[in-house]
Amino acid sequence: MHPAPSVILFTVLSGLGFGMLAALGVIVHPYGWTAFVLWGLGYGFAVAGLLASTFHLGHPERAWRALSQWRTSWLSREGIAAIATLVLLAPMALSDWLGLGFGRGLGLIGAILALATIATTSMIYAQLKTVPRWNHWTVPVQFFAFALTGGAMMTGQRGLALGLLAVLACALLAHWRFGDGRFAAVGATMGSATGLGHLGRVSVFDPAHTAGSYVMREMIFVVGRKHAARLRVLALGLACLLPAVILGLSGSVLACGVAVVVHLLGALAARWLFFAEAEHVVGLYYGQRQ
Amino acid sequence: MTCLPARTDKKLGLAIDLDTCVGCNACVTACKGWNDQGYGAPLSDQDPYGADPSGVFLNRVHSYQVQAPDLAAITVNLPRSCLHCEDAPCVTVCPTGASYKRVEDGIVLVNEDACIGCGLCAWACPYGARELDAAAGVMKKCTLCVDRIYNENLPEEDRQPACVRSCPTGARHFGDFADPDSTVSRLSAARGAVPLFPEMGTKPVNRYLPPRKKDALDASPLAPLLDIKTSGFAGWLDRLLEKF
Repeated sequence: MHPAPSVILFTVLSGLGFGMLAALGVIVHPYGWTAFVLWGLGYGFAVAGLLASTFHLGHPERAWRALSQWRTSWLSREGIAAIATLVLLAPMALSDWLGLGFGRGLGLIGAILALATIATTSMIYAQLKTVPRWNHWTVPVQFFAFALTGGAMMTGQRGLALGLLAVLACALLAHWRFGDGRFAAVGATMGSATGLGHLGRVSVFDPAHTAGSYVMREMIFVVGRKHAARLRVLALGLACLLPAVILGLSGSVLACGVAVVVHLLGALAARWLFFAEAEHVVGLYYGQRQ
Repeated sequence: MTCLPARTDKKLGLAIDLDTCVGCNACVTACKGWNDQGYGAPLSDQDPYGADPSGVFLNRVHSYQVQAPDLAAITVNLPRSCLHCEDAPCVTVCPTGASYKRVEDGIVLVNEDACIGCGLCAWACPYGARELDAAAGVMKKCTLCVDRIYNENLPEEDRQPACVRSCPTGARHFGDFADPDSTVSRLSAARGAVPLFPEMGTKPVNRYLPPRKKDALDASPLAPLLDIKTSGFAGWLDRLLEKF
């Protein structure tokens, strides 16, 4: 799949934002200007991610229509869950900042909705049978692990963050371990794509077109896959190991800041791989696999 | 709503004969021609006469070689377009309700006024049947020429999809798969028609009629030439040369 910058930014930033909002809703109770900065960052990341997701639309001015199909569409559910979270947590954020003393019940509901938003984001990808690597439980697990780890780190929960960094490392390794065998496990071949498999071995004789097409650009991405192994090491090191070492050495605000920046770079690398390594079954029509 | 209908009154679709398709691309050009002028945004091209041309097509013809053990390889031309699936994943993933399947005839269409061009339906389709129009910013797909098949302004013989009407070998057949006596249903039954990507669970309506069984060659026609018995002067020369 084409790793579009808008979608990578959307999933990484909104994941971090909603992870932060979940943490601020139930675990962390800041007050005064600390609350202003933390809630502001949470809202900032969440909203920036959602805005980034509209950049790849053909008609962003119609984006409001995407809230209508919650009965079948995970993308629609995500939009609704995101907006509901942002609206419901606003009084909690104001209360923390201005010391209004509202009960934490609202924070708890908002945190549950933030988790639901992360779940719906991951299901946009995990629902696709056409991309076997994504159509697996490791995708929601990875999205949750990233969001909660980022949330814990951003809100300075050092102990929790260290534990979640370990969970995230396991989630990434599981996604790669299972993902590598998913295409073969699904059983899609050139034979099943063309319906000719029962007649013999199928290979491309002549391509359907020699110029590019939307389908090829969007769904048959092969550039950079040869660096996948090195990028995995880099992603794991930056997203999990290095932040864990930094947080293990020091709990200062500066150390937390550096750890978060390093973690985000790793998250971007991991998310780039998430798209670049995902193979769509339509590639079989073009002989991308046997 | 992008819920799929529980059942459709008809199941209109195509039966495509891979035995008779010669891969001439007449259906591709007829489709592009018709869909440039009627229903929805025209199928745009980018840099059509330049170095890097690209454009939207709702139908593309692939060619495959199929090699069975102990048989001569065969070439199969395979036109690929929307299969108007019963369980169309492109419909249910649509966040705006732009993508829908019609209850009356099962045709899968896009309401271009409601499409936000997010591209998720194209991701959900295993057949690569949907292409985003770079000029209009909306998703384009085969409409089964919904603006031809019911069009009473056209002569009756033209009330079928442009790809079917233009096929010079009669490899494309249009009809109702819900009716067991329709041409497409009878052809499918007689020829052991296959769906594409059955493991994707989309229940495609369109069917592909596989190539008929070809004669097998006993041996290579050149085989006798490998074992020539020479006699007379040529035989003497042959034996002499072998001694060196």
